[in-house]
Amino acid sequence: MNGVDFWPPSTLEVVFLLLGLVAVGSALLVVTTRQLVHAALWLVVCFGALAGCYLVLTAEFVAWVQVLIYVGAVVVLLLFGIMLTRAPIGRSDDLDSGNRVVAAVVAVATAGVLVGVVVGGFQHAYAELRPGAGSAEELGASIFRNWVLPFEALSVLLLAALIGAIVLSRTDIKGRR
Amino acid sequence: MIASLVVVLPFAGAVLGLLLPRHPHGRSPADNLAANKRAAWFGVVPTALSTALVGWLAWENTPSTSVLTKIDTGGIAITVGLEVAELSVLTAMLVGVVALAVQVYSVGYMRGESRYPSFSAFISLFTSAMLLVVFAADLLVLYVGWEIMGLCSYLLVGHWWEERANSRAAIKAFLVTRLGDVGFLFGIFVLGFAAGSFRIADIMAADIPEPTLVLATLLLLAGVAGKSAQVPLHTWLPDAMAGPTPISALIHAATMVAAGIFVVARLYVLFPQPTLDVLGVAAAIGMLGAALAAFAQNDLKRVLAYSTISQLAYMAAALAGGARDAAVFHLVTHGAFKALLFLCAGAVIHHVGSNLLGHMGGLRRSMPVTFTTMTIGYAALIGLPPASGFFSKDAILYGLERSSSPIQLVLYGSALLTVGVTGAYATRAWLMTFFGTGKIQALPEPAPGTAHVFDGREAPLSMLWPMGVLAVPALLLGFTDAGEFHLAPAVTALAVALLGAAFVYVIWRGAPERDPARLLGPFRDPCEQAFYVDRLYAAVFVRPVLALARGVVRTDDDVVDGAVRATGRATVGLSGLTRHLQNGNAQLYVTGVLAGVLLIAVGAVVLG
Amino acid sequence: MHVVYPAVVAALLFSVGVYGVLARRNTILVLMSVELMLNAVNLNLVAFDVWLRDVLHSGQVLTLFVIVIAAAEVGIGLAIVLAVFRTRKAIELDRLRELGEP
Repeated sequence: MNGVDFWPPSTLEVVFLLLGLVAVGSALLVVTTRQLVHAALWLVVCFGALAGCYLVLTAEFVAWVQVLIYVGAVVVLLLFGIMLTRAPIGRSDDLDSGNRVVAAVVAVATAGVLVGVVVGGFQHAYAELRPGAGSAEELGASIFRNWVLPFEALSVLLLAALIGAIVLSRTDIKGRR
Repeated sequence: MIASLVVVLPFAGAVLGLLLPRHPHGRSPADNLAANKRAAWFGVVPTALSTALVGWLAWENTPSTSVLTKIDTGGIAITVGLEVAELSVLTAMLVGVVALAVQVYSVGYMRGESRYPSFSAFISLFTSAMLLVVFAADLLVLYVGWEIMGLCSYLLVGHWWEERANSRAAIKAFLVTRLGDVGFLFGIFVLGFAAGSFRIADIMAADIPEPTLVLATLLLLAGVAGKSAQVPLHTWLPDAMAGPTPISALIHAATMVAAGIFVVARLYVLFPQPTLDVLGVAAAIGMLGAALAAFAQNDLKRVLAYSTISQLAYMAAALAGGARDAAVFHLVTHGAFKALLFLCAGAVIHHVGSNLLGHMGGLRRSMPVTFTTMTIGYAALIGLPPASGFFSKDAILYGLERSSSPIQLVLYGSALLTVGVTGAYATRAWLMTFFGTGKIQALPEPAPGTAHVFDGREAPLSMLWPMGVLAVPALLLGFTDAGEFHLAPAVTALAVALLGAAFVYVIWRGAPERDPARLLGPFRDPCEQAFYVDRLYAAVFVRPVLALARGVVRTDDDVVDGAVRATGRATVGLSGLTRHLQNGNAQLYVTGVLAGVLLIAVGAVVLG
Repeated sequence: MHVVYPAVVAALLFSVGVYGVLARRNTILVLMSVELMLNAVNLNLVAFDVWLRDVLHSGQVLTLFVIVIAAAEVGIGLAIVLAVFRTRKAIELDRLRELGEP
């Protein structure tokens, strides 16, 4: 539509595709690996690759937040979970349920439908990248000017989640009989 | 304008009579008497005013039409209006006088009865409805009155509903007349749509093709046969005698049953020859059969009921033979003398405490007034000069003699024979009631429906006065039309009637203790059972319908309800199958949900 | 940058997440797969925000919100998993079927 051809791809596109490939590949490993801890580690790789994708897409602030929260916090939390539930460290063959084949079919079908729809819908869409559009300055201004209220609501939500998690994990708080 | 007052006054009386008499509430005998007194005023005064207004209309004698409003129905409009014409004023006069007499008579007859207020209110409502039929300018308005009459007949026949037979009789009367009314309503529709209007004047002026007319009038005839108790829908009338006697006098002798004849007379120009022939055949069968049945009855009121059927068939025969004026004349005189006969019969039953002729006898000394008035009534019924029946029957016979109808011979022969039988049964009833030795015995406990205990005296004044007043037109009404008198048919009829009467007298004279009905010999039983028509209907219609109803009930129980129950069972069974899917594995559920979402998305993409 | 590239990567990532949710027995692995799906959404949000040049930056702001909510979700989820583990001595999804029809 706007005359930008798919071939040859620009350097940025090549980088993005490579990063995307890494992300999808490590994600696949997350859901197929037979070692629980490896899954968490592959998740780190996947999130890191995604952060790279965000950087390519000029969303710097989101990329750093991704690295900080996902890689730094979420994965560590998950590792703690693995440790606390005394999951077997090392290879274990019963990580997949008997539902695997059906799950694969549904997943492939989902991929087919989504990719088909996305390709059909955004074939000619082309995003002009503008460095600095996702900088901390711009996003900070936007959040504290236009999104203050949801932001505050979200802080309350976080507080609630915090209290909820504490209540759930402490053993000395009994439910009301 | 005056006509609407005539119609509305009894209606207002009915409303007041239903709502007010029981204030203040109380159930003691004294309260009952007070309520009955108030109800009597509500019943008598509006009817009297209404009758007086009809008298004014008759004196004024100017045909007029007044329209209250026109109801737009989207199709053919309904004109709510009244029409005053000679025929309607004449009939209304009859209705008013008889209704007034019956209202006054009921005050005495129903003395101390706790449901008298509603009784008199229903009589008022009935009077109003009948006057509406008489004055209606529109067929649908007429039909409204026609149906209210049927409702009142049902309510009043079943007045003593504690007795199961009475409520059965009421239901029978209601259902049989309703059967005819279905035809009547459709007849009205056919006429209305053929003429493009329901106004009687418009319909009579319209140019309706003959086949449509034959169809419409035959349908109307079904309603006429139902209301006027003509063959083959006559069976309800003898059973309707279960109602109080004043009701029999008003509704089942003088007015409602005459409404059918009135409608035919009102719409006479519409009736083509084929319909009249059908009417004639039914009338010829009805008049002779009913007269024979009357001869064999043992119940005084049933004698009079069959006599009513026979006399109504007379009028129908006159209509079929083309003698409309004679039919209307007989309608009026019959209304007067048959109401009189019923009122007298009520006095006799009141006195004796029984309906059965076998329990009566020798009453002429203890009830002189009743004897005199009832003798006048019987004379009019037989057609003895100078009573009114003599003249009206003469007019009918003269009309039938001159008739150009294809079944003229049948009609005339049947009419003449019926005159003889009428003389016979009237004489029999008269002799068995008033002559011979008294067989009166007090009944131990008066059952509801058979009035009151024997008190050995003449009836109270409130009952005697109406009888006396009605005896005057029964005796003298004939002279108003004496100018049309024809000697030859009169002499023939008189001779035949006297022959029948003398025959019965001779038989009775031989053995006063025994019923002259034995004269019929082997035919006595068929006559008493009215030729088994009731049994025939029970076999042909009632039992199959009951069987069908039972079948429907069974179908409803087994098929319809069975389907519902089976649905429930099938659902439970199927859920027993599908619940195995609920194995508690949440992943399986999510898989199903996602697969479903996917299918919907694919469907939306492909089909959208 | 063609919008199709990030969109396709996101779609594939999402599908991988779907597979993980449906096929893994271990509840913690299922939570990881949910995180994958959320990240696919995030990628989409960022890509479309860049493409549409939204003045409010709603796409990127929403991405931040989603990250916050995901963190909360993982916290709560892990607490629930721990509670379940404490009472049932198992976190395998196909062994937790007390709600099934007998």
